[in-house]
Amino acid sequence: MSSHTTMAPTKEAILSLTGISKSFGAVAALKDIDLEVAPGEVVAVVGDNGAGKSTLVKVLSGVHSPDAGSITFESRPETIPTPMAALNLGIATVFQDLALCDNLNVINNLFLGRELSRYRLNEVEMETRSWELLKQLSAKIPSLHTPIASLSGGQRQTVAIARSLLGNPKVIILDEPTAALGVAQTAEVLNLVERLRERGLGVIMISHNMADVQAVADRVAVLRLGKNNGTFRVADVTTEEVIAAITGASDNVVSRRSASRLPAPPTQESAS
Amino acid sequence: MKTTQAPSAPVLTIDRQDERLRTSSGIRGAVDSFLDRVRSGDLGVLPVIAGLAIIWTVLQILNPKFLSSSNLVNLAMECAAVGVIALGIVCVLLLGQIDLSVGSVSGLSAAVVTVTFVNQGWPVWLAVGGAVLMGVVIGWFYGQVFNRFGVPAFVITLAGLLGFLGLQLYVLGPIGSINIPFDSPLVYFAQLAFVPAWLSYILVVLAAAALFLTDLRHARARRTAGLSSRPLPSMALRTAGLLLAAGAIVWYLNQARGVGWMFVFFLALVLALNYALTRTKWGRSMFAVGGNAEAARRAGINVRAVYTSAFVACTTLAAVGGILAASRLAAANQGSGGGDVNLNAIAAAVIGGTSLFGGRGSAFAALLGIIVIQSISSGLTLLSLDSSFRFMVTGAVLLLAVTLDSVSRRSRSSHGRA
Ligand SMILES: Nc1ncnc2c1ncn2[C@@H]1O[C@H](COP(=O)(O)OP(=O)(O)OP(=O)(O)O)[C@@H](O)[C@H]1O
Ligand SMILES: [Mg+2]
Repeated sequence: MSSHTTMAPTKEAILSLTGISKSFGAVAALKDIDLEVAPGEVVAVVGDNGAGKSTLVKVLSGVHSPDAGSITFESRPETIPTPMAALNLGIATVFQDLALCDNLNVINNLFLGRELSRYRLNEVEMETRSWELLKQLSAKIPSLHTPIASLSGGQRQTVAIARSLLGNPKVIILDEPTAALGVAQTAEVLNLVERLRERGLGVIMISHNMADVQAVADRVAVLRLGKNNGTFRVADVTTEEVIAAITGASDNVVSRRSASRLPAPPTQESAS
Repeated sequence: MKTTQAPSAPVLTIDRQDERLRTSSGIRGAVDSFLDRVRSGDLGVLPVIAGLAIIWTVLQILNPKFLSSSNLVNLAMECAAVGVIALGIVCVLLLGQIDLSVGSVSGLSAAVVTVTFVNQGWPVWLAVGGAVLMGVVIGWFYGQVFNRFGVPAFVITLAGLLGFLGLQLYVLGPIGSINIPFDSPLVYFAQLAFVPAWLSYILVVLAAAALFLTDLRHARARRTAGLSSRPLPSMALRTAGLLLAAGAIVWYLNQARGVGWMFVFFLALVLALNYALTRTKWGRSMFAVGGNAEAARRAGINVRAVYTSAFVACTTLAAVGGILAASRLAAANQGSGGGDVNLNAIAAAVIGGTSLFGGRGSAFAALLGIIVIQSISSGLTLLSLDSSFRFMVTGAVLLLAVTLDSVSRRSRSSHGRA
């Protein structure tokens, strides 16, 4: 891919990373990654399985500390050594594995770590706020008093997304937020992402779904094998170009598949 | 549930709007939801209550003195010391950890109290305070080793078991046994202090009133927030149940010497721990870390502090239990905290329904579990059977309880209740 142009966001970035690297033993999961997100901007991060997207998310949320590189938040250099540090800065994350406690009920999971009134929990207030929050996301959860373990995959994902909204964050990171969601809930999450942008939050959204990316993202950053492989303004790029950047070639398995579906005579590769 | 009182035009509260939710009201609804829970493997205190009923029936048939007032008065007093230790075990089990050293720590604490109080002539509050503080420090030390070096709690506390047993023997010196004078406040508290009958009834009424008022206030807060709330008859029934049950027990015990203050102290600790576990942020963190430590960490919970707090709670309660045991015996010796104290404390927490897998349990588990264990012990002593039988029966009951825990856990995961 020729276009390694890094498109700067229009406003000044709220969160920016430069030269982030992270290795797990011999595996260099991230190498020299740059990424910026401005207030009121949605940045999609795309890449193949194992490209390092979730690792990047974990660096930003304080789960892993990077081996090299610097993080700037609201123009101040920051280190994010713990998840608590990330939350205190105002970076909320929906993890790919959701990170919910199966033995706790929905309300307790939503307010985990930020319960109302420390020494005398205000359960009524927490329950009403949970219902309001979940209604915003059109969640279909019959009872909030059942343990998380008894919810469906999509219901859990909705709970995880709802939880990230609770602490009035400035940046929200969503790691494949719509992977398990139904049609209505996916639309609701995309609406939510747009509302977050209108409220001036920075949103980093990881997705494998190009339609979702096209629908809500302002820019799309491509990761390939742990390295930056181009950043594009969504308005200026076609899905094919993004897929080419993800797979590293314009002649790739995705375009071959779509070519073979056309009624036109099959090409040599797809015939084999 | 008040919504179903007007079946023609039900105004659904915000937590009852999902049409898949079965709404049944009143006693019927309560029974239904109870049966649902049991079927899905959420047994709660049911098995231990049933087990207790069976054990009591059998022992009463074998020896009619078993359920006599005077025997039950003694049984309650015998529960307190190991029961307090079991409360601490509940804390570490909730995190999926274990403390094998509670017996040694309680024995060391007994030795420290007697040496400082009897031999050194310290005032009683200072001697007791010193032993409790020592418990705090031991737990803090465990927490540091656990958090910094990642040594499994099993190994740390196994080392503690040996190390603190050695320290206990060293503190007691060559004679190895120190008697506490019978006129000291410690022995008075553990052997002779009983709640006067009139006061015991007042306490029961106060407890029932407190239950009713908290229920009422909670229901009112939920109603104003537009949530479903416990209907008044159900609250009244709960209160009446507590009033009658506790009143009957207290009346029966008052036929003999009555309710010992030491047992009341144990009950107060149970209630305090129950409050801390269910109604505070700390308690939520305990369940969260026990359920999924990584998720708790990512939610911003200071997981290390939670681990340390549980170890501190456990060893502190073990130290308190050791003081109670020494006071009851009016002595500390080389056998204090030895023998079956360790195993009984752990067995009590598990028999009472605390899961060994972490994330489930309650303070009441320690209370119910220790009553089961002491009942077996007291019943077999009445039958003049020696400790060999006690060990075998307690072992069988423990195995039963752990099997039940594992089975209900499997049932829970197939019913999605983790
Ligand atoms: N905790 C870890 N220990 C060792 N290796 C890891 C760890 N986490 C991630 N990796 C490795 O880092 C690389 C990137 O993984 P990552 O989870 O970031 O991929 P991803 O882009 O999120 O993929 P997916 O689309 O499947 O979610 C992989 O090769 C993975 O094996
Ligand atoms: Mg991932």
